[in-house]
Amino acid sequence: MSIAITTQIICFTVLSLVILIGALGVVLLESIVYSAFLLGGVFMSVAGLYLLLNASFVAAAQVLVYVGAVNVLIIFAIMLVNKKEDLKPINDIKSRRIISTSICLTLLSLLIRVDLTNVWSLSSPQNSIGEESTIRIGEHLFSDYLLPFEVASVLLLMAMIGAIVLARRDVMSKDISTGLPVDQELIEKSSEPLLTNKN
Amino acid sequence: MEYGLDLEYSFNEFLKGFGLSSEIAHLIWLPLPMLLVLVAAVVGVLVTVWLERKISAAAQQRIGPEYAGALGVLQPIADGLKLLVKEDIIPAKADGILFTAGPILVLVPVILSWLIVPFGQNLLISNVGIGIFLWIALSSIQPIGLLMSGYASNNKYSLLGGLRAAAQSISYEIPLALSVLAIVLMTNSLSTVDIVNQQSGAGILSWNIWRQPVGFIVFWICALAECERLPFDLPEAEEELVAGYQTEYAGMKFALFYLGSYINLILSALLVSILYLGGWGFPIPVELIAKFLNLPINAPFIQVFTASIGIVMTVLKAYLLVFIAILLRWTTPRVRIDQLLDLGWKFLLPISLANLLITAGLKLAFPQFFGG
Repeated sequence: MSIAITTQIICFTVLSLVILIGALGVVLLESIVYSAFLLGGVFMSVAGLYLLLNASFVAAAQVLVYVGAVNVLIIFAIMLVNKKEDLKPINDIKSRRIISTSICLTLLSLLIRVDLTNVWSLSSPQNSIGEESTIRIGEHLFSDYLLPFEVASVLLLMAMIGAIVLARRDVMSKDISTGLPVDQELIEKSSEPLLTNKN
Repeated sequence: MEYGLDLEYSFNEFLKGFGLSSEIAHLIWLPLPMLLVLVAAVVGVLVTVWLERKISAAAQQRIGPEYAGALGVLQPIADGLKLLVKEDIIPAKADGILFTAGPILVLVPVILSWLIVPFGQNLLISNVGIGIFLWIALSSIQPIGLLMSGYASNNKYSLLGGLRAAAQSISYEIPLALSVLAIVLMTNSLSTVDIVNQQSGAGILSWNIWRQPVGFIVFWICALAECERLPFDLPEAEEELVAGYQTEYAGMKFALFYLGSYINLILSALLVSILYLGGWGFPIPVELIAKFLNLPINAPFIQVFTASIGIVMTVLKAYLLVFIAILLRWTTPRVRIDQLLDLGWKFLLPISLANLLITAGLKLAFPQFFGG
């Protein structure tokens, strides 16, 4: 066995273990902050798996989008609203846990079945394009995957408009969900600089 | 354009001369450039710290460090030793694991980014195809470390500093990436080596700064903001936040933050010089000099000369930019957080978008100048 293959196997084992343990930690840990940071670790390890598969562009995109944007936003949101309060005990927590576990196990068995039945090996000669993959991805995005690409951008635009509408309620006269006129005084108060009231 | 020293090849041939297999030779080679770059980064930090102290002293009409070595050149080493032997304190109510992991997460991506910094045609650790994109991706990990240390310190100033750092680096990452994208559009490649080669046609005249003046300014502002240098050092603004996310840190963990921020500054300066100032290129093309001296471009003397001039030019350009950054730090006031976010989202983002669009249009109109 050559050194390169041994290194690859070691890396794969370590990365898979980190992904499995980290993902379990995200679900099972009580502290939401730890879960969020572990999620970042899981995303990083998935990027490592992509690197092992010679997909360096996808790996970098994974780090940029999932770690740099999604995970940072999750942590940011947790820290902005992090009030250390004791959550109310839920009475039927046991039955809820049993139900969610069984649903997850069913999904897992479905995934395992897909894994076992699908034929994974590709017979095409372009199995590993390596460094060229960035160009290929670009070509595909602007030819046969153009429609999904554009639809995805429309989706992102919708999400952005939604976020702006939620954040800037003061430009609307009516509340969107209830239809009642918006309490303008509340908005004015929050948008005023804090220091002017004190003097 | 395949000229220049190939140290890896010569080293492997040298080891094979002792009867080692090529795999073993490669394994012995692998850590060498990494160690070299690590040492270069740390020495660069020491030089920058000394420069910062001396230039700040000059800006404030003081003398600055002068007793440790000639002109105080050993002062940064004394600072580093002091931090090394100081007690490592973890506050009683802090979160020990996250408190320790935070500085590491801040430092490691910065050092990893040195992977793509070229000092010559073959003088870089790895000419990865995704090149500059790797740096953008890696620098987006940093805010997690800042948030982590801010949260783990269990101190309101630390938390505020961490939140500000994350907000700042998220908002400045986008114009930064867009101005890099304009360069990539002109180069047709993400690789840093290709980006420099594309600027090497006519010496100083073909540098990207003439074709991308707006991109250059946007990139420089964003790089300063990413490094959290004044005028954008809000995450650690002394007067408001004590020291931001670093408040509770002492000893070597504080030194990691310190090291990280200075390595990041040098890295940003290096990348500005690679993207906009022709990288290792001499203001007059080396080919012209070789032709003038009637020497073939492949002669060993010319190759060594080109490689050493490449390293000198890269470092010189980078330190010129570091000098400007230091001067800016000691002469400009700090912006407010709302001004900072306004500048990022309402000014730099539209400008860099327009710059990208105009570059694409110019590339279509004048492919010989903007097509690479």
